[in-house]
Amino acid sequence: MQEIPGDLKFMKSHEWARVEDKGTVTCGISDHAQGLLGDLVYVELPSVGDTVKAGNACAVVESVKAASDVYAPLSGEIVAVNDALPDKPETINEDAYGDGWLFVIKPDNLAEELEELLDPDAYAELIESEDH
Amino acid sequence: MTQKTILNDSHRALGAKMVDFGGWDMPISYGSQIEEHHAVRRDAGMFDVSHMTVVDLAGARTREFLRRLLANGVDKLKLPGKALYSCMLDEQGGVIDDLIVYYLAEDFFRLVVNAATRDKDLAWITRQAAAFDVKVTERPDFAMIAVQGPNARDKVLGLLTPETRAKAAKIGKFVATEAEGPDGMPLFVARTGYTGEDGFEIVVPEAHAVTLWNRLREAGVTPAGLGARDTLRLEAGMNLYGQDMDESVTPWEANLGWTVALDEGRDFIGRAALERQKAAGAHRVMVGLVMDEKGVLRHGQRVVTAQGDGEILSGSFSPTLGKSIAFARVPGGAGETLQVDIRGKLVPVRVVKYPFVRDGKACEGV
Repeated sequence: MQEIPGDLKFMKSHEWARVEDKGTVTCGISDHAQGLLGDLVYVELPSVGDTVKAGNACAVVESVKAASDVYAPLSGEIVAVNDALPDKPETINEDAYGDGWLFVIKPDNLAEELEELLDPDAYAELIESEDH
Repeated sequence: MTQKTILNDSHRALGAKMVDFGGWDMPISYGSQIEEHHAVRRDAGMFDVSHMTVVDLAGARTREFLRRLLANGVDKLKLPGKALYSCMLDEQGGVIDDLIVYYLAEDFFRLVVNAATRDKDLAWITRQAAAFDVKVTERPDFAMIAVQGPNARDKVLGLLTPETRAKAAKIGKFVATEAEGPDGMPLFVARTGYTGEDGFEIVVPEAHAVTLWNRLREAGVTPAGLGARDTLRLEAGMNLYGQDMDESVTPWEANLGWTVALDEGRDFIGRAALERQKAAGAHRVMVGLVMDEKGVLRHGQRVVTAQGDGEILSGSFSPTLGKSIAFARVPGGAGETLQVDIRGKLVPVRVVKYPFVRDGKACEGV
C-alpha cells in the first residue's frame, strides 16, 4: 500500500483532491480504491469544459472485475484531463496519487467545499475501519 | 455462515484478496488478476476449486439412473475413467446445473457439480435416485486443485510416483485415473479443466491438500484466483452456471445443444420439453460478442438488435485479446452486427463464433 501524501483531501468514496499553487484542483482515485478494483482496463474521462458538481459522478474506471463511478470532489469546471489514461489505464494501479491522476477542476467555491473533505488521517482511519 | 476450504489459510498467507463466492470465502486474486491469467495461458497456474461438490453414486443401476438424470448420453462412457460434460434438466428442460460425470465402475460413478447449486442439486439427485436404488454420497472430505496451462501436466506428473506417473501421462483428454502423489497421498487425476488449456483437475483427500498445494508451488505453478478463472473460461467459450444459464433457459438457448443426446428411446428428464422447443424453433439464441471499441461488456447490459432486445450474460475484458468479449442471449435471427447499451451509449459489437481464444491465441474472426 502506497503512503498517503499529506497534501491530499479525500472523499469517503475514495477520490482524492490536491489543491495546486494556481488554485486548480487535481483529482484521482486513492491507492486503496485501485487495490479494491484490481487491474484497471478502461477509463472514461469527462471533457475539458464540462461543469461538474461536487458529489456527482463525472468519470468511470473499470477493472477486469467491475465498473465504478468516480465522483467529483468539488464543483467547478474541468480544465484538464489525463489523456494518457485511456491507452494506459494500469497507470492508476501503478501510481494512483501521481501519474494516475484523472482530471483537474477549476473550483467554484474552493474554501467551502474543501471543508467537506477528509484529511489524510481521517481517510486512513476510514479505510482501516472498512477493512475490519 | 461463510464456508472455508482447507486451503483458506494458504490463500491468506499468500496475500490473496478474498471474496464471498456462493457462500464460500475464496481468493479472487493474489495480486494481479491479469498476470495470473497470462500465467495459465503461457505456463501453469493452479486454482483451489475445493468449494465444488463431489458426489459419488453407487449401485448396480447407476448407469440406468444417469440415462434418466442427464441430458447427455452416459452410454458414451465406455471405458472406466472416462468423463462427460452434461446438463441436468428439470421437466421443463430448464438447466438445474451443468456437471462432469466420471465413469469409474459399472456400479460407481462420480459427479462434480457447482458449489452455488449444491443444495438443490443434492436434493434433486437424491430424489431421482430413489427409484433406481442408487446411493448418493457427497464427499466433503475431498479438496480439489485445478492445475492448468501448457506446462501444467508436466509439473503435476513430476510430483507423482514413477509407476502412477506413467499411467497419468498417458490418459487422454476428459479421462481420469487414480495416482499417487507426495507422501503416498492418493489422488484422482482428471485431464479436464475450465480454462481452455490442457492440464489436470486433481481430487485429493483434505488432509493432503495443503502439502499438494505447496509442492505444486515449489514446482513453479502460479496460484491463480477466481477472477482469472472467470476470464480464462470466458475466452475459452465455456458457460458459467447462474450467469449464462439457469432453470429459465434450455440447453438450446445456452448454446449447449452439443451436450444434448437425443438418442433413440432414452427418456431423460426434460427431453419432451426440449423436443417441443426444437420443433417450434425460433427460440432465443446465445452468441459470442467482441467489442472493438474501448470499454467493457458486463453482465446485464442491454443488447439492441433489429429483432428486439437481448442481454449480456457473461461479459468481461479479455486479457489475451486486450479487448472486451461477452456471451449474449438475443432473439433468433438477430444478425451479425449488434449494439450494446453501455451507460446510455449504444456501442457496436460483432457477433463471432467462439471460443475466442485457443492455444493462447485469438481464434479466427475474433
